[in-house]
Amino acid sequence: MHNQPSVAELLQAVKSFIDETATPNLSGHAAFHARVASNVLGTALRDLADRPANDSAERGRLVALLTSLPEADLDSLNEILCQKIRNRELSSESPGLLNHLKQTTMAQLRVDQPHYSGLRTAENAGD
Amino acid sequence: MSITQDFNTSLKAVFGQIFGDDVTSPKIRRLSGGASQETWHVSREDKRAILRRAPNGVSRARSSAAIGLAKEAQLIEAAREAGIPVPEVLHVLTPPDGLGDGFLMSHISGETIARPILRDEQFASAREALAQQCGHALAGIHCIPTTTLPDLPESGGLQQLSQYEAIYRGFGVSRPVFELAIAFLQDTAPTAAPLVLVHGDFRLGNLMVNESGLAAILDWELAHLGDPREDLAWICVNSWRFGQSQNRVGGFGQIEDFLAAYHEAGGAAFTPKDIDWWEMLGSLKWGIMCMIMYEAFRSGADPSVERAAIGRRVSETEMDLLNLLEAHNA
Repeated sequence: MHNQPSVAELLQAVKSFIDETATPNLSGHAAFHARVASNVLGTALRDLADRPANDSAERGRLVALLTSLPEADLDSLNEILCQKIRNRELSSESPGLLNHLKQTTMAQLRVDQPHYSGLRTAENAGD
Repeated sequence: MSITQDFNTSLKAVFGQIFGDDVTSPKIRRLSGGASQETWHVSREDKRAILRRAPNGVSRARSSAAIGLAKEAQLIEAAREAGIPVPEVLHVLTPPDGLGDGFLMSHISGETIARPILRDEQFASAREALAQQCGHALAGIHCIPTTTLPDLPESGGLQQLSQYEAIYRGFGVSRPVFELAIAFLQDTAPTAAPLVLVHGDFRLGNLMVNESGLAAILDWELAHLGDPREDLAWICVNSWRFGQSQNRVGGFGQIEDFLAAYHEAGGAAFTPKDIDWWEMLGSLKWGIMCMIMYEAFRSGADPSVERAAIGRRVSETEMDLLNLLEAHNA
């Protein structure tokens, strides 16, 4: 398949259209939804760029934390982690757990809502 | 007649019953509306009222916990008698009014949107006063004798925890941060306090604020009998600080001032630590509410971009939960 323009380029083109052309001509609810739509495209662009590295880092930490099968996929690893927390095999005091979840959630927030105040709090708290 | 004409005619008649008939029709303006309740501004010269009614008049509770508009009006009246700043209920709709479920209340000037309240110079003195005013108002609400109130659902902290856990489990997704928060809250639950009237959604957005501070407490739809710390903590949830994390109370105030004012006005004596468990429960609840709103998109019930986007705000509450767990361990 062709990749010119790439998915990221296509999304960026739509985002620019919303920000520079559509939104200035809208008001009220429609303007609000246009801003939401633009933010959504921002998230989509960051997700495209960051997901491979984020997923691979998350998976690496989970394999180490759960001393699990290196070939397990991310969803199964997270399901195992959830079970271990439910069974009280792991808690917020277990070495490495909070740090892993914090790394994962910070990476997720940098994609989802990079300006969220809680992300700054987490960054300032150190690890 | 069209539906709009019916609505305008019926509203004119009700407005006439309240303020006296007049040949001039009142001006009718939609303030907000959507999934939960419609709000309309109705005015003729200096006479003004707010209509709060179910979408298109038809009650469809936004959550299983919502109490219905007639009961909401009763609670607002009870709060007014207790000296709490609330609007005056002018008329509770009945079937002959032809407007569906809802009520009309007095118009109170001010701002409900959090960002201007937290940032604009106009609200600088309001921000100074708000923590104390909110503490006083919540003490007043929590001191209303529950025997004088209409029947309300009872819902304590552990009940809410298991309710929201069940909703989360129903989605069938693995969110380890939620698992950790659920386990932590189950294992560290405080002893329940005696049941009081809890507002249930006390935070910026539901508070009318003017230049001197708190003008009215709105949106009593989620009121119930519960633990007073639920209300004290909900406004402290980081999502309701609207970016001003350093001010634990609503993004505007310090917890010590808030709790001191609460106690001074007759509320129980709580320490900031007593609020921690409830604040964590609040973040978890808001995270699961975001999942519920995203589910409305996923299922096709509400295909708006806004409902899709809210699914990517769940991680905000996961971050807050982790920050709270980390602070607890420190």
